[in-house]
Amino acid sequence: MADKCTIVVFSGDIDKVFAAFTLATTAASMGMETEMFFTFWGLNILRKPKWFSGRTLLQKMMNLMNRGGADRLPLSKFNLLGLGPAFMKIMMKRSGVPAIPEMLDLAKQLNVKILACTTTFTFMGFKENDFIEGSIDKFVGAAYFLGETKEAKVSYFI
Amino acid sequence: MIIKADETLDTFGLLCPMPIVKTALKVKEMQVGQTLEVLASDDGIKEDMPAWCRSTGNEYLGIEEQNGEYRVYIRKLK
Repeated sequence: MADKCTIVVFSGDIDKVFAAFTLATTAASMGMETEMFFTFWGLNILRKPKWFSGRTLLQKMMNLMNRGGADRLPLSKFNLLGLGPAFMKIMMKRSGVPAIPEMLDLAKQLNVKILACTTTFTFMGFKENDFIEGSIDKFVGAAYFLGETKEAKVSYFI
Repeated sequence: MIIKADETLDTFGLLCPMPIVKTALKVKEMQVGQTLEVLASDDGIKEDMPAWCRSTGNEYLGIEEQNGEYRVYIRKLK
């Protein structure tokens, strides 16, 4: 059986998400069966950049503040109303580093399994069509992810 | 190093993890026994490629460095 690597992507910050994808794509390249579990702010990576989502008024207001989209993630430090991530994206591009949407495509190409948290999905009031088509392999809960992680040699929480 | 590789992969200008990811994708298309030359400018390749070979069971043949440009040679065993 191949070695397994599991990664919790809790953060939706561009720098942290970049680290998560770097580890995931490398693990998959090293022949490890790799799974990424997107929860909380991490789900923003898989969301379409829609202005409105959610069912209740609170969810709608929250999702308006917390718009999704892999291309519009904030930076964990020096966000400065979007100036920080804008600089970071230019620096990453100039250094030959793929942007987050490309990293997601690359992970899919390397057969990294993309799991999404059902609890976050429900309490944020998301619908399936709020997410990029074909990006999510499976909606799961903590028990499924822990079951996978029990078999993993390497696991990260980012 | 005199190695006439069967295939060449150019990763100049790319940073970690791209040279290794591209190597893995390239090796997947190759036949067992074939050799690959990877051109890289990322210093990480010096440690990363031997580690990738150890982990995937492929053979690390060696590295050449010239003015910050690397030529790494590997052989597909699996």
